[in-house]
Amino acid sequence: MTSDARVSALSPPATNQSFARRFESALPYILLLPSAIFLLIFFAWPMVQALILSVRTPDGVWTTQYLERMVRDVNFTDALRNTFLIILIAVPLQFVFAIAMGLLIQAKLKASGLFLYFWTIPLAVSDLAAGLVWLAIFSDRGFLNSVLRTTGIMPIAFSWLSFENYGTLLMAVVIAELWRATSIVMVIVVAGLQLIPNDYLEAAEVFGASRWQKIWNVMLPMIRPSLQVALILRTILAFQVFAVVIALAGRSMPVLASEAYNRYGELNSNGAAAYALVILIFSLLTTGLYLRALRTSEEEMGR
Amino acid sequence: MGEIRIEGVWKYFNKGKVAALKDISLTVEDREFMVLLGPSGCGKTTLLRCIAGLEYPERGRIFIGGRDVTDAPPRSRGIAMVFQSYAVFPHLNVFENIAFGLRMQKRPNEEVTRRVNQAAGLMRIEKFLERYPAQLSGGQRQRVAVARGLVMEPQVLLMDEPLSNLDALLRLQARAELKRLLQEVETTTVYVTHDQIEALSMGDRIAVMEIGEIVQVDVPKEVYENPATLFVGGFIGTPPMNFMRGTVKSVNGASAITIGDQVIHAALPAHFQTGQDLLMGIRAENIEASTQSSPDAVPARVLVVEPLGSHLLLTAQVGDTPIKVQTRIDFPVVPDQTIYLKLESNQVRWFDAETGVRFESGEKMSVV
Repeated sequence: MTSDARVSALSPPATNQSFARRFESALPYILLLPSAIFLLIFFAWPMVQALILSVRTPDGVWTTQYLERMVRDVNFTDALRNTFLIILIAVPLQFVFAIAMGLLIQAKLKASGLFLYFWTIPLAVSDLAAGLVWLAIFSDRGFLNSVLRTTGIMPIAFSWLSFENYGTLLMAVVIAELWRATSIVMVIVVAGLQLIPNDYLEAAEVFGASRWQKIWNVMLPMIRPSLQVALILRTILAFQVFAVVIALAGRSMPVLASEAYNRYGELNSNGAAAYALVILIFSLLTTGLYLRALRTSEEEMGR
Repeated sequence: MGEIRIEGVWKYFNKGKVAALKDISLTVEDREFMVLLGPSGCGKTTLLRCIAGLEYPERGRIFIGGRDVTDAPPRSRGIAMVFQSYAVFPHLNVFENIAFGLRMQKRPNEEVTRRVNQAAGLMRIEKFLERYPAQLSGGQRQRVAVARGLVMEPQVLLMDEPLSNLDALLRLQARAELKRLLQEVETTTVYVTHDQIEALSMGDRIAVMEIGEIVQVDVPKEVYENPATLFVGGFIGTPPMNFMRGTVKSVNGASAITIGDQVIHAALPAHFQTGQDLLMGIRAENIEASTQSSPDAVPARVLVVEPLGSHLLLTAQVGDTPIKVQTRIDFPVVPDQTIYLKLESNQVRWFDAETGVRFESGEKMSVV
């Protein structure tokens, strides 16, 4: 009897305690739940639906006809080639410029704070607006032609954006992309550089590193994680390059995203979904490639 | 060869508002182990950074090996440095960390391998050459940082509190090891620390710094026994030197010091004048405590008794000045007891009560 009484007296607090402990361990998941539900409903589910669109007819039959039709389309190879050309030219240049700009800001020259503000202005400009800015420069009666004419360098206006001048059209798109998207890479680079403890840079100086050796052997390796993030971000976004191209080239330069847009405009959502699938696959492939190629070894992680 | 000569160096911070170094002059002999000792903010690290070329003084010259390096960048000064944080590069393994300086000089591969292995052997880290810093303990990282300096065979090795990030037990071990090592390599070394025990145990000489100035440069024994100022005596030693304020009196025609209402007969130098205020300094281990009164002993009331294993540390009150006294561990004493203190007369030091500067013991200053 007495032992029973003791047990029953002790047990309620015991269960309370275990409930509290269980609640505590579940708390992170409970707190994550709302955003997880949000992402599922508004991102994951629409994405899955969109991808299903590319391989299923409205009647519910699984098919590859949309993909086949996309591949046979006259613009498909052009769109693929243009997208890759823009990525291959613009992304490396963005990194070269971003790293150079980041190092310049980090060099603590006079007014380097001012540079930072100027160089981040494009971040606040929408894609389409950026495209229109450069359209005003490159169009037949744009700033570039009028400057060239008034200075007498080129008496006759040149059609920079004509589909007949593919080289200059591509150049214009790349320049606009550089102007628009270098700053985000630079911001990431600057953030990475600022995280390098000063001791490492001083150690490099003491042990005889010249300016270039310091950049090459200490600063760049130490911002590798930041560069990796920026590279993945930029490449994925470059696969979706759209508004700048539309503004500057209209239909003269098809890219993957603009083709998806055009299919959608033709009320062919299945065709649009097929292009979206292609963009997704390329994005996943390059992300995987970057993660492998730029992997920070386990040993280096715990600094 | 590796001599460092610092001449009248001034360094300002905050656009000239704060003088971190005030007219510092110091010569470190070739192959000497010089310790810069002082509390935080005294300018010892700034002085080290000026020698390294990481800071440039506003006035004064710095010579290394007879060459004026005042305006030279760190890499052309023939120095190597061990940083307080070690600054071992996380993206390089131990081998490449040690090799860093040689790689910057584009030395041939075989020379790099030979010298890195030699330095790693000296620091006993040969087994870790392939590892990355994140896989090393604090003590091992510290060795990598030292090896990276030694491998350069520098004219001058600079060390900025290299042991301060280690835990107490490891620090004791690393201290002895570092001392052995630096005796072996015989490089001119400037070693910054705030730990007076480190300074006493390692340095050939110690430069004690206080708010931007060097107050005393001498061998550890001298700095300990004959502190140049009140500050040095109070900073060095565990416990620090005892100071008692007294006044010079003439008692029955003989000179004496009164501390509170205590009269201590002392043979004072002739230039001390009656009525002059003095500070009498004596270390805890130079006071002999007894339970028996005697004519040459000063009575004191015991406040605290601290057994420290090998000895007792007493806090006792003479007049109204608390002082520390070291006795045998079996000395029979309880708090509030009155004990009698005999001061070892040749260990008593006299300081100017105004300036805190020690009077040179040109003449005998015995306590009778």
